[in-house]
Amino acid sequence: MKLHTIQLKINDEQQTVTVRSGDTLLYTIRKQLGLTGAKPGCLNGDCGACTIHVDGWPMKSCLMMAVEGEGKQITTIEGLKDTPIQQAFVQHFAFQCGYCTPGFIMNGHSLLQKKPDADDSTIKEWLESNICRCTSYSEIEKAIKSALEKNKSS
Amino acid sequence: MEDKGRERVMLPFSFDYERPKSFQEAVTRFQQADQSGKEPMYISGATEFLTLGRINQVYTEAAIDVKGIPEAKNIQFDQGYLVLGANLTLTELEEANVFPLLTSTSKQIADHTARGKITLGGNICGQIFYREAVLPLLLADSQMVMVGPEGVKVKPINEIFHERLLLQKGEFLIQVATDTRYLHAPFISIKRRQQWDTGYPLITIAALKIDRKVRVAISGLCPFPFRSNEMEDALNILEGSPKEKIQNALASIPSPILDDVEGSSEYRLFVLQNLLLDVYEALKFGERE
Amino acid sequence: MEVIGKSVIRKEAQDKVTGRAKYTHDYHTSKKLSGRVVLSPYGHARILSIDTTDARKVPGVRAIITGEHLPLTGESMRDRPPLATNKVRYHGEAVAIVVADTPNQGDLAASLIQIQYEVLPVVHTPTQAFQQNSPLVHEHLDEYEREKDVNPVPGTNIAHHVKIRKGNMEKGWGESSVTVEGDYSFSPSDHAAMETRSSTAEITPDGTIKIITSSQAPFMVKQLIASYFDEDIGKIVVDTPLVGGAYGGKASVQLEILAYLSSRAVGGRAVEIFNEREQDMMMSPSHIGLDAKIKIGADHSGVIKAMEIQFLWDGGAYSDKAIDLTRAGAVDCTGPYKVDHVWCDSYCMYTNHTYAAPFRGFSHSELSFAVERTLDLLAKKLNMDPLELRERNAIQPGHTTPTRVLLNQSNVGNLQECISKLRTLIRWEEGPVREINERLVRVKGVSCSWKTSTIDSNAPSGVILTFNRDGSINLMSGVVEIGTGTKTVLAQILAEKLKMDVDKIHVRMTVDTQTTPEHWKTVASRGIYMAGRALLEAADDVIAQLKEIASIVLRAPIEDLEVAHMKVFTRDDPRISVDFKDICYGYQYPNGNSIGGQIIGRGNFILRHLSHLDPETGEGNPGPEWTVAAYGVEVEFDRRDLTYRLIKAASVIDIGIVLNEKAALGQVMGAMSMGLSFAGRETFYYDEFGRVLNPQLRTYRPIRYGENPEYLVDFVYTPDLQAAYGARGVGEHGLLGMPGALGNALSLAANVSLHHLPLTPELIWKTKAGNV
Repeated sequence: MKLHTIQLKINDEQQTVTVRSGDTLLYTIRKQLGLTGAKPGCLNGDCGACTIHVDGWPMKSCLMMAVEGEGKQITTIEGLKDTPIQQAFVQHFAFQCGYCTPGFIMNGHSLLQKKPDADDSTIKEWLESNICRCTSYSEIEKAIKSALEKNKSS
Repeated sequence: MEDKGRERVMLPFSFDYERPKSFQEAVTRFQQADQSGKEPMYISGATEFLTLGRINQVYTEAAIDVKGIPEAKNIQFDQGYLVLGANLTLTELEEANVFPLLTSTSKQIADHTARGKITLGGNICGQIFYREAVLPLLLADSQMVMVGPEGVKVKPINEIFHERLLLQKGEFLIQVATDTRYLHAPFISIKRRQQWDTGYPLITIAALKIDRKVRVAISGLCPFPFRSNEMEDALNILEGSPKEKIQNALASIPSPILDDVEGSSEYRLFVLQNLLLDVYEALKFGERE
Repeated sequence: MEVIGKSVIRKEAQDKVTGRAKYTHDYHTSKKLSGRVVLSPYGHARILSIDTTDARKVPGVRAIITGEHLPLTGESMRDRPPLATNKVRYHGEAVAIVVADTPNQGDLAASLIQIQYEVLPVVHTPTQAFQQNSPLVHEHLDEYEREKDVNPVPGTNIAHHVKIRKGNMEKGWGESSVTVEGDYSFSPSDHAAMETRSSTAEITPDGTIKIITSSQAPFMVKQLIASYFDEDIGKIVVDTPLVGGAYGGKASVQLEILAYLSSRAVGGRAVEIFNEREQDMMMSPSHIGLDAKIKIGADHSGVIKAMEIQFLWDGGAYSDKAIDLTRAGAVDCTGPYKVDHVWCDSYCMYTNHTYAAPFRGFSHSELSFAVERTLDLLAKKLNMDPLELRERNAIQPGHTTPTRVLLNQSNVGNLQECISKLRTLIRWEEGPVREINERLVRVKGVSCSWKTSTIDSNAPSGVILTFNRDGSINLMSGVVEIGTGTKTVLAQILAEKLKMDVDKIHVRMTVDTQTTPEHWKTVASRGIYMAGRALLEAADDVIAQLKEIASIVLRAPIEDLEVAHMKVFTRDDPRISVDFKDICYGYQYPNGNSIGGQIIGRGNFILRHLSHLDPETGEGNPGPEWTVAAYGVEVEFDRRDLTYRLIKAASVIDIGIVLNEKAALGQVMGAMSMGLSFAGRETFYYDEFGRVLNPQLRTYRPIRYGENPEYLVDFVYTPDLQAAYGARGVGEHGLLGMPGALGNALSLAANVSLHHLPLTPELIWKTKAGNV
C-alpha cells in the first residue's frame, strides 16, 4: 500500500499527514484532522455538503485527493469566524437540520469574495452546486443577498 | 447498468501517485509503469477517477497526474490560433472567457463548484460519454495537440475525434488550438434536461454560423457527442421550411439513440426537433442572406 | 405574549454555522471497527450458496455475519430477516456484513464473498402484486408473528387490509347525478436526507448495549432490540445527537439492528455502520409508492355524496411501517371533505422494491394526489370552479371523518377560512389561466388536505426540568432535533409559562434513552403537541415546588404568590420576593438550617381516547386533531416544449397559533419544497430485474436553488384546546397538497389529465400522445 507523507496548509496552519494515494481530502480532514464540518453527504460530488475552499475558490473535497492538496491554501468551515455570511445565515433562519450548512456557507463565502457584484443568475449558478433538503432555499437566498448588500455598503 | 459490485467509501485500489513536471517526464513515467504491468492512467481533474473508481469502473496501479505540466495550463493567442491548455479547469476557462461559445457550453456542465476541478482535457477524454466541452471544438474544427511515446502530434479534430478522442496508449491531450475566426461567430448553446435546470443532459446542442452555414454539434442524444455533415447539409439547404429541413436532418442522425432514465429515445427526438427550431430562431440556417 | 410567536433564534444556531455541530458519523471516540454490508444485486432471487472463505483471509477482517439463525424483525409483523436468508426480496437488501478494522479492508473482503443466486420473477408494481397469478414475495405469510389487528392474506401479496365502510354506498350512488373516476400511480422514491444513516453499537463487559444512531426513534430502537433479541431493555442505551434531516425515513429501525449484530459478532467491540449514499437509498427503507383508484359521486350542485377508494400501497419487500402507512391512508382517505358514504379498501402490498418507511406526511401527500386530481375531474365535469367545489364540501365541526370521529371546533381546523385566504393569496379572481404569448401560459392549480396522526394510542412524551445554581433551567425532552427547531420552541413555551428570559433556558440537544424522558418518536408533527403538554405539566410541577419553598421563606400563603423574571413574589407587593437562585436548590437560613433541596420538575403526556379501528368498518379514533390546509401552485407552461417552470406555490394552514414565526415559515416552505420536488422530479427507476437504476444524487435529483418558486404562506388560527397554547402540528402539512395542486395546474395547462408522478415534461408528452 503506497503511502505519502504530505504537508497541507489548512486554515492557515501547517499540517503533516500520512495518506494513501486514494484518500480523498474530505476523508483526511475529517478522520485525521478532526475537522468534521465538511460532510460525507454523497461521496460522489453531487450534493456539495463537503465543500471547502482551495485558494479561495469553492471545492468539493470528496472530488479531490489529499495528495492533490499540497501547495494549496485550504480553508474549511472551521476556519471561518464570525463572517458576514455566517451571521446572515443565523439571522435569516437559513438552515434547519444544519447538515448542508457548512457547505453552503463555504460556497457563499467564496461567492462574496470572488463575485461581490453577483446578480441573480450568478448566485443561482454557484448555489446550484449544493443541495438543501430542509429549507425551500428562500431563506438561503435572503441570507446571501443580504450579505452581498452589506458587503457593498461597507 | 451492470452491477459490478458494491459502492465504496473511497477508492478501493492501491496505486502509485506521481506528479511529473514536464510532459516528457509524464510520458516516460507512463511507459515505465506500463512495462511493470501497472495499467497506468493519466489523471487531470480526476473527478471521474474518484467517482467511477469508487464504483469499480476504473482501475489503475499508477496514476500520473499531469496537472503540473506548464504547457497544459496555457491560455494564449499564437499565429491566428487560440491555444488552450487541456488542464485548465472549466471555471478557469469561463473566467477567462476567450471563446464565448466554449464558455457558454462549459457553464452548463456538472455544477459550478465541480467545474473548479473538472478540466477541459478530463471532460473530453473521460469515460462519461457526454463530453460536452468537445462540442464547441467540433464546431470550430479545432486542432488537437497530443503528446505520447511518439512525440507531439497535432491533428484536426474531425480526424482524431470519433465518438471519443482516439488516443494511442501513453498519449494524452495537452492543448487545443482553435482558429480565432471561429471565436466570434454567432452561436447558441442550449442544454435541456429531464426536468428544470439541473442534472445530466437530456440533449445539449451547440451551434455556430460561419461562412453562411450553420454547424450543429449534439451530446446526450447518443452515447457520444457528434457533429454530422449530413445533418448540416440538410439544415443548410435553401429550399423548404425550417420544419421540413429539420425533418430531413433527423434522417441522418447516428445511432443508437439513448433510451434511459433521463428519457426515452422517442422523447429525445421530440426534444431535438424543438431544439433545432431554437437553433433556427437564433441562427437562421438555410436562408438566403 | 412575550416569547410565544417571536422568531427566537435557534439554540444550536452558532454550532450549525461554524461546523461545530456534531452528527452521528462525526463522533470519533476510541477505535471503532467498520461494518460493510453486502447488498443483494437482484430484486428477487433465491440464495443458493454463500462462500466466505476468501473473504475471511483478508487482513483486518474480524467477523463475517450471515442471516441464518437470526430472528425475524418488523414493527407490525415480523416478516423481515435482518440479513436475507433463503431469498432476497429487493435490490439492495442486506445479505451479509463484514466487520473489519477499516472500511477499505471490509470492502475488499465484501467483494470476495461469493454468493450464488437463482433469479426469480419480479413483482414490479402493487397492481401486479394484487393479481391472482402474481409471484409471491412471501410464501409463508401465515407463519409470521404479528400484532393482533394485522390481517395478512396468505397465498397472496397482501400484508394487511384496512376497510372503511361508512354509510350506505347504494344510497350514496343513488343520490349522485354525476360520477368521476381515475386511476393513479407512482413508484417508490427516497427521503434523501443530507445526512445518510449511520449507527454504532458496542456491548460492554457488564452487558450494556450502547448504540449511537442517527434516528427519529431512539426509544423505539431500544424497545425493538430488546424485543427482537431477548435483551434486557434496561441495559440498552441509545444516544442520538443532532440529526441531519430525517423526514420519516429515520423512524424505521434497521441499521441499528445490523450494528448490534456486528458488535455481538466481535465480542462487543464498537462497530460502526455508515451508509454511503447508494446504500442509504437502496438498502434503507424508502418513500412508499401507490396505485390508487378513486371514484366520486356528487349531486348536480357539486355536493359529494359518495367516494369509493382502493389503495394498493407499494409497501415493498417487507411490511415494517408500511402497515401503519396503509392504515393512515385509510383513516383520511377522502381528503378534507364531508362524505357520508365511504367505501375504502387500503391494501399493504408486497413488491420487490425497497421496503417503505414513513415519509413526511405519512401517506397523506400520496393519497392527496389521487383525491385532489379526481376532485378537479369532478369540477370539470360539473363546470364548477375547483376552489368553490372544495369549499362547498369542506369538512367542518359537526361532520364525521371516514373512521366516524365526530369533529368539533377544537379537533378540526377551519378549511373554509383556509380556502378563503388562499383565494386572496394566489389572486384566484384573476382566473386560473393567463396567456403570456403564443407559447407560454401561466396556470394555477389548487388542492386541499388534512391530516391527523395515527401513532400508538399509548405513545408517551415526558419532560424533566432541573435547575442550575444561577436559577437558569435545563430542559430535557426525548424529542430529537432533526431540524424542526422543536427544541428551541420548547424553550420558548417554558419561557412564556415561567415569564422568564428564553436565554436562561438551556435545552439538551442530544437524546440518551437512559436519562432523557421518552418521547415516543419524533414523527407525525406531534413533537410540540405532545412534548409541549408534557413541558407545561413539568412547568406546573416546578412552579408548585418553587412556591412551596418560597411560601415558607416569604411567610406568605402559596395562593398569594406569582412567578416571573426568575423570582417568586407576592402578587400585591412584588417587592416581597425571593430569586430562583436562592431557592432552586432549597433555601438555607443564616444559621445553616436548610429546607427543600434541588427542584426537579417532571411532566408527561399521552393522547387521550385514541382507539383501535374496527376491522370491518374502520370505525375508531386514530388521532387528537385534524390540521387542514389549502394550497395553490402556479406554473409557466411552454406549449411547444411541454416544459414548465414553478412560479408560485402557496399554502394556507390552520395552525392554531404560531409559536415561532420564522421557524414555522421555514418548516412550511421546506415541506412545500419537498412536495414539489417529489411531485416534479423524484422517483426510483427500475429495470426488468427490479434493480434501482438511479441510487445517486446525480440521477435521483432533489430540487435545487433557483428551480424553486416564490413561496407564499398564510395561516388561520383556530386553536386546538388540547394543545399547548392551542398550537396544531405543522411540520408535514406544507408538503401534502403540492403534488395534487401541481398535477391540477399542469393538467389544465397541457389540456390532458395527468395521473402519474413525477410530473415530468416527458410524462406530459407521453400522456398527450396517448402512450401512458
